[in-house]
Amino acid sequence: MAQGNLKVIGELLAKHGILVAFIIFMIVFTVLNPRFITSDNVLGVVRSSAILGVMAIGVTFVVVSGNLDLSVGSMMSFSTIVVLDLHDKIGPILGIPVMFAMTMALGALIGFLVGYLKLNSLIVTLGMLSAIHGLTLTYSGGKNMDIADKDGTWFSIFGQGEILGLPVPILLFALLAAGLTLLLSKTPFGRKVYAVGGNGVAATFSGIPRARIVFYCYLISSFCVAVAGLIQASRSLGSQNTVGQGLELEVLAAVILGGASLLGGSGTIFKTVIGVLILGFIQNGLLLIGLEFYVQYIVTWVIIILAVWLDIAAKRGQLWSPIA
Amino acid sequence: MSDQKPVLTLKNIVKTFPGVIALNKVSLDILPGEVHALMGENGAGKSTLMKVLGGIYQPDEGQILVADKPTILRTPLEAKNKGIVFIHQELSLAEELSVAENIYMGELPLKSFGRVDWAKLYSDVDEILDRLNCGFKAQTIVGDLSIANKQMVEIARALTVDAKTVIFDEPTASLTDAEKIVLFDIIEDLKSRGVGIVYISHRMEEIFRISDRISVLRDGEYRGTLKTSETDHDELTKLMIGRSLEHTRPEESATKEEITLEVKNLSCGDLFKDVSFNVHAGEVVGFYGLVGAGRTELAETIFGMRRKTSGEIYLNGKHVEINSPADAINHGISLVPEDRKGQGLVLGMNCRENMTLPQIDDLTVGNLTAPAAEQDIFQKYKEKLEIKTPNWKQIVGNLSGGNQQKIVIGKWLSMHPNLLIVDEPTRGIDVGSKSEIHNLIRELAGQGYAVIVISSEMPEILSVSDRIVAMFHGEIMHTFTSDEVTEDKLVQAISGIYENDSAA
Repeated sequence: MAQGNLKVIGELLAKHGILVAFIIFMIVFTVLNPRFITSDNVLGVVRSSAILGVMAIGVTFVVVSGNLDLSVGSMMSFSTIVVLDLHDKIGPILGIPVMFAMTMALGALIGFLVGYLKLNSLIVTLGMLSAIHGLTLTYSGGKNMDIADKDGTWFSIFGQGEILGLPVPILLFALLAAGLTLLLSKTPFGRKVYAVGGNGVAATFSGIPRARIVFYCYLISSFCVAVAGLIQASRSLGSQNTVGQGLELEVLAAVILGGASLLGGSGTIFKTVIGVLILGFIQNGLLLIGLEFYVQYIVTWVIIILAVWLDIAAKRGQLWSPIA
Repeated sequence: MSDQKPVLTLKNIVKTFPGVIALNKVSLDILPGEVHALMGENGAGKSTLMKVLGGIYQPDEGQILVADKPTILRTPLEAKNKGIVFIHQELSLAEELSVAENIYMGELPLKSFGRVDWAKLYSDVDEILDRLNCGFKAQTIVGDLSIANKQMVEIARALTVDAKTVIFDEPTASLTDAEKIVLFDIIEDLKSRGVGIVYISHRMEEIFRISDRISVLRDGEYRGTLKTSETDHDELTKLMIGRSLEHTRPEESATKEEITLEVKNLSCGDLFKDVSFNVHAGEVVGFYGLVGAGRTELAETIFGMRRKTSGEIYLNGKHVEINSPADAINHGISLVPEDRKGQGLVLGMNCRENMTLPQIDDLTVGNLTAPAAEQDIFQKYKEKLEIKTPNWKQIVGNLSGGNQQKIVIGKWLSMHPNLLIVDEPTRGIDVGSKSEIHNLIRELAGQGYAVIVISSEMPEILSVSDRIVAMFHGEIMHTFTSDEVTEDKLVQAISGIYENDSAA
C-alpha cells in the first residue's frame, strides 16, 4: 500500500510539480513575512518582472520553433543605449522607431543565420551576445548614456507612467502577452511555429517554409527586446552599457520554468508568463525574509533543475528510471 | 525437440498500465535450436512482452524462467547476463565509433594501467566478422556501414556474449533481398548451435520460411502456438486479427485516357538519371526496386524536396516548375513520405493539427485558425479511413503505426490532390491495417486519382498496381503491365538483368 501511495504522489508531482512547489513556496513565504502577499508587493513584483517578461514571451517563439536565443540580454543593452542616445540627438518621436529598426535588424541577422543558413542557434546567439556587447560599447564609446533634461521629457511614460492606475510597463507586458498569445496559439503562423519546432522535416514535407518561420521568430524576439529596452531606458533615463547583462539566462530560466521544451515544439506564452512570475516572486520573497539578493541566483538554479527534472519525469511517467 | 529443456519460459505474465492491460497471462516457451516466431497486430503486446524480457518493465504477475530457473530481470544488463540478447529494429549503435568498439562496448580488453588492448580487440572482432562472412573490418566506423551491415554488427555483438536466446525485432525491415538471405543463413547457424531464437515480424513469407513454431498475441492475450509446418497464411491471419481477410487484387482497372503526370528525362545528380514515365488519371503505378534504386529520390524530386538537375515535369499537359514542396502542393501533388515518424508527422502535435497542417493557411476566419473547419476535415477523414483515436486531441505519437499512417494519408487526401504519391505505405504496419490501406489505394484510383506507389514489398506492389515500373541504380529498367508481370521478371529487372532479355 505504501508503495501505491508513493506512486500516486510521484505522479502528481510529475504532472503539476512546478505549480505545487510554487504554492508551497508562496505559503511558506507568506508565513515568514505577511507583507509578501499584500497588493502593493504583488504589483511591485509584476512591475519589476515586466522587462524580463516582455523579453521572455519573445524568446518563447524562438524556443517553440526549436532554437535558442542567448543574445537578448546584450541586445536589450543595445536598444536601451541607442534609444537614450537618439532621444537627445533626434528626439524620442524619431528615435524610438529608429531604435526598433536597428534592434530588429540584429534579430533579422540572427534569423538569417539560423533560419536560412541553418547554423546552430546556440553558437550563433552566443556569438551575438558578445558581438552586440561590442557593438553597444562601440556605439557609446564605452560611456554611460544619460538623457540631458530628465525632468523635461515625456519619454519617462513607458517606464514610470501610469494609465488608469496601472503602471505602463505592466500594461505593455500584458498587451504584448495578449497579442502574442493570439499569434502563437490562434493563427496559422503560430501553428507553423509549433510544427517547425516539433519536427522540422515533417513541416517541410507539409509545404511549410521552415527557414522563413525561424527568421520571423527571431524578428519577433528582437521586437520584444526593443520594447524591453524602451521600458528600461524610460524607467531610468540613463543607463550603463551592461544593463541587460545576464538577462538572457533569466529569460531562458523563465521559459523553461513555464515548461517549454528546449527541443522545441512545446510551450505557450501563458506558461512563460507564469514562469516569469515564479522567478519574480522567488527573488522578491528571498529579499523579504532578509536574505541577500545574491542568494536568489543559487535558489533560482535549484528551482530550474527541479523543474527540468519534473518535466522529464512527467514524460517518462516516473521520477527515476534505470535506463536512459 | 520436445524432450529438450526450454532456454526461456514465460508463465502467465501480466503487465498493466493505468487503464490498459498490456499483457494478460501470456505464456511462452523457447526451445534451444528453434526459431520461434512471435506475431500479432500492432498494439497486440509484442513490444511490452519484449520489454519485460529485456528487463525494462517488471511484470505485475507471472514468472520468467531461464533454463528452468525462476529469474527476475531488473535491468537490461541482468537480461544480457542471463544470455538474453536483442537485435533491435531501431539500431542502437554508436555511429562515430568503430565496429570493434561497438561490439565490445563497456567490456574492452585492457592492458596495464587501464589502457585498451587494441590489437587483441581488433583480432577478436575480425575473427567473429569472418565467421559471419561480413564484408567489413573491425576498424570500420559504424556510421559508414549500410543498415544491413549495421545489423550484422548487432548480431556479432550477440555472438560475443554467450547468448542462449536471441530476439530479432523486425530484422528485415530495411534489408534488401540479398541481405535477407545472409541474415537467414546466420539465423540457421545460430540455430545449429542450440540458441533459441525469437523472431518478431509482420512478414508472413519470412515467418513461413524460417520459423519452426509461431505464437500469436492479440490485444495483450496469448492466442496460441502453431507448428509452422502444420499451418497456413489464412489460419494465422485469422488467429491474429480474429477474422479472415479478403485477398486483394485490383478488381477492375480504372485507368482513364487523360495523362495526369508526365515526366520527361528527369535526372537528379547521381541519384537517378534520364527517367521518363507517365501516370494516367485513375491509374496506380507501382515503383519497385532495391533500397537505393532511386525511387524515393525520384518522388522527392517531383514533390520539390530535391532540385532536379535536368528534365521536365508536366501536370495535366502543362509544363510545371517545382522548386519547393509548397509549389508541389499548389500544383495538386501530395506525397505520403517513406518515414512516417521522421517526415510524415509532428509526433507531439494532436491528430487534428497534423491532419490540417498543409492547408492551415486556408482554414482561417479573419486571419485566425478556424477550429470548426479543421474539425470538419478531421471528422470526415477519421470516418472515411476508420482512424481509431478517442478524439482529435490525441497526441499522434500515442497512436499505433497503422493509425498514424492513416493520419498521414488523411492529411494528404484532404488536399484533394491530382496526383498522390505514397512511399512505403505499409512499412511496419500490422496485417489488418495493411490490407485496409491497399483497398484504399485501389478505391482512390477508382475515384480518378492518379497514384504512384513506391514499395519494397513485392506482394504489395503486385496487389495494388496497374503498371509496375522497375528501377535499378537510378534508371528505369522496364515498365510492366499487370498482365505481363511475374515475380521472376520483376526480380530480374530490379537486379539489372532484365534489359538484355527485353532487347532480344
